[in-house]
Amino acid sequence: MSIETAVVTMKNITKSFPGIRANDQVNLTINKGEIHALLGENGAGKSTLMSILTGLYRPDSGEIYINGQAMKFYSPKDAVLQGIGIVHQHFKLVKTFTVAENILLGLQSSNEIYDLQAIKNKIEEFCLRYGFHVNPDAQVWQLSIGEQQRAEIIKALFWGAEILILDEPTAVLTPQEATELYKTLRLMANQGKSVIVISHKLTEVLENTDNITVLRGGKAIGTVQTASSTEEELTRMMVGRNILFDITKKNSKRGSKILALHDISCLGNRGQKALKNISLDIFGGEIVGIAGIAGNGQSELAEVIAGLRLLQTGKKFIDEQDHTHSSVRSLISAGVSYIPEDRLGTGLVPGLNAVDNFILKSYHSLAGYFINWRSAKKETQEAVEKFDIKLASLSNSVNMLSGGNLQKLLLAREISANPRLTVAVYPMRGLDVGAMEVVRKLLMAERDGGKGVLFISEELEELFMLSDRIVVLHEGEIMGIIEPCATTIEEVGMMMAGKRMLKEDAM
Amino acid sequence: MQCEWISAIRFEKRSTTPLSVLFLVPLLSVIIGLCFVGLFIGATGKDPLYIYGLMFDGAFGSAYGLSETVVKSIPLMLTGLGVALAFRMQLWNIGAEGQLYMGAFGATWLALNFPTWPIYLLLPGMLIMSFITGGIWGLLPAIPRAYFKVNETITTLLLNYVGILWVDYLVYGPWRDPKGFNFPITAPFSESAILPALGDTRIHVGLILAILAAVMLYIVLNYTKWGFEIRVSGESAIAARYAGMNHIRNILLVMFISGGLAGIAGMTEVSAITQRLQHGISPGYGYSAIIIAWLARLNPWAVVVVSFLFGGLLVGGYSIQTSGFPAATVAMLQGAILFFVVGGEIFVKYRLTWGSKGGKQ
Repeated sequence: MSIETAVVTMKNITKSFPGIRANDQVNLTINKGEIHALLGENGAGKSTLMSILTGLYRPDSGEIYINGQAMKFYSPKDAVLQGIGIVHQHFKLVKTFTVAENILLGLQSSNEIYDLQAIKNKIEEFCLRYGFHVNPDAQVWQLSIGEQQRAEIIKALFWGAEILILDEPTAVLTPQEATELYKTLRLMANQGKSVIVISHKLTEVLENTDNITVLRGGKAIGTVQTASSTEEELTRMMVGRNILFDITKKNSKRGSKILALHDISCLGNRGQKALKNISLDIFGGEIVGIAGIAGNGQSELAEVIAGLRLLQTGKKFIDEQDHTHSSVRSLISAGVSYIPEDRLGTGLVPGLNAVDNFILKSYHSLAGYFINWRSAKKETQEAVEKFDIKLASLSNSVNMLSGGNLQKLLLAREISANPRLTVAVYPMRGLDVGAMEVVRKLLMAERDGGKGVLFISEELEELFMLSDRIVVLHEGEIMGIIEPCATTIEEVGMMMAGKRMLKEDAM
Repeated sequence: MQCEWISAIRFEKRSTTPLSVLFLVPLLSVIIGLCFVGLFIGATGKDPLYIYGLMFDGAFGSAYGLSETVVKSIPLMLTGLGVALAFRMQLWNIGAEGQLYMGAFGATWLALNFPTWPIYLLLPGMLIMSFITGGIWGLLPAIPRAYFKVNETITTLLLNYVGILWVDYLVYGPWRDPKGFNFPITAPFSESAILPALGDTRIHVGLILAILAAVMLYIVLNYTKWGFEIRVSGESAIAARYAGMNHIRNILLVMFISGGLAGIAGMTEVSAITQRLQHGISPGYGYSAIIIAWLARLNPWAVVVVSFLFGGLLVGGYSIQTSGFPAATVAMLQGAILFFVVGGEIFVKYRLTWGSKGGKQ
């Protein structure tokens, strides 16, 4: 493939940030009419590479050619002018505006008078051409996540995108919505557009793309044709070795009831009903997985258990003790560990060092008014060694640590407290394979040790692998509680989309 | 197309800030502030170097000047420490001035009503009283801040005027000394309400109080469980809540102590310097305290040192009045210094690079 015929050619792109080389001599070629996947672990450099292509970052060295022309992008606007559009993982839409108004907002026209009807007509035209539907008069907050994503795609098309980049487009979608999305993308590719999909989901990429470029540690490992590739090959390219996706789950005896939630309701941050009359028990020796599309009450459930969110109705018991109105601190002493979604900022204090963060909860149980820094340092040092946390110095602030080491430090603290119940919210998100394995093993060890684990994840494979029971949440309600061996990913997917399947025997 | 060289300049986030930068940036900021005000001095036809020399000489050049500098630094230290404590928790207490006045009010109330108490009872009583009244002035805005997230920057600032005017009301009205020739002053304090001086200077026991406060603050912040909570809360209120810390209680306590420290500054001023309550007991110590706390990076020891330098700035400002220069120059200088110090912060967190080559690894 030559520079002249390719739509996009990125040559020897290198980009460094303090302490990390995010892209190292990366080459990438995109052809007209293809769906090209950019596959790699989190932190492999996919997003950096795409930020360079969209003009957000400037590379330290390397060249970009669009349709054979050498380009230098000084701002995202330069990239847009070359027909490069991106749909970010987090949508950039004004929620109280309609779809048409959002598109108008993004149009850079020198004309003060605008024609909303023309925009609406054009939206209809796009819908027709690419086989999807969006109501241009609907306000964004009323739309489902899938529809919002379509609005973002239309926005990019309005800007004249010939090269459409989608960053982790299926992370927030149900399996069914994901299938729909890829149908649309295929139509676009067939009509001559080039599509780049950033993803770390192997199966999805194998099913839906033409070519795959794998990144690892900032380097492009290689580009393969999807049709002739396999899951094993891609895994090897992604992580540099074969990993076993199955872990042997020991039989564990169900212990006593650790957590009991009766008829729990609570409000979300925006005042909406986030949980609606949820009842759930967690026993010792089991991992209860929570499946659901992000934003369906999972985070609120975790916060309710940790005491960080007030209950509207219902009761909460830990080890048969009523903790409905307990403070965060008394829940900590009752043995509730909480690994929050937001590690740096909630779970860990960014500006403080490893020792400070390690004693973040335990300092309070010390006798007297003073902190014994010498023993705190010793405990932290021991934990750092035991959990294999890589840090330059105990006294450096933790925001210098990598994602994996942050999570290890957080887990080290929470597990060292010897909890009865561990609430883990998206604990593997953004971690490399090695760190994911550590987290997996640690959660398993808690279960095998007779403790209870509540495991919230958006990766169904993970949930099936680890959980003894899976609870599916949709709009703050339990759609069903099932055992992974008695169900399929498709069935869980349908429940995530709102199909109720309460199986009494699994409760 | 944009200019090549403009797009070649950029800020890169520092992974670590070298110690030298940590010192150099505020130092350079102060120097740039001096140069900036120097332009104005130059515009009036005076030689800025000569004026600065006069100021330096006035503040540090003689035993008298030095002792006056220390005298001025005492209220600056106390208010600066109070402000630094609040800032540690990201509570923007701009109200040290009002808290100082309310502390002076509390101390004066005791001194005027119980003038016959022995010194060992009256002085500690005034100290406690000033801490409580100043503390309450800090607590008032803390309550809406803690419970309803009412912006404390505005409420503390506004309470300054209330505090200052309340003292004015007293000294112009009910507390005015009948023998005071209609000046806005109260009757002089009795012997036992006056803080003893150190040696035959005007430096008084307040200096010991201020340094003691710095020591205590240092110990509390670095070695106690409560100090740990303040550090955590200051970095991330969400993490503090997550760790089970009582954020609301800590806001109230910190603001109370912050106000209390400023209140003590009011007590030392009326007890040792004016020896009565009067109009305008503070030339804006509570405002300078904000600059001092910031320059000192909220470190108690540094507050002591910076307060001393700012005391010199004040005394130096008075000494240039003789050459026909308004002491208000000092206020201008303080403002310019704060402006450049805050602006200079960006160089602490970021580093400026030229050229298209990335930062070295």
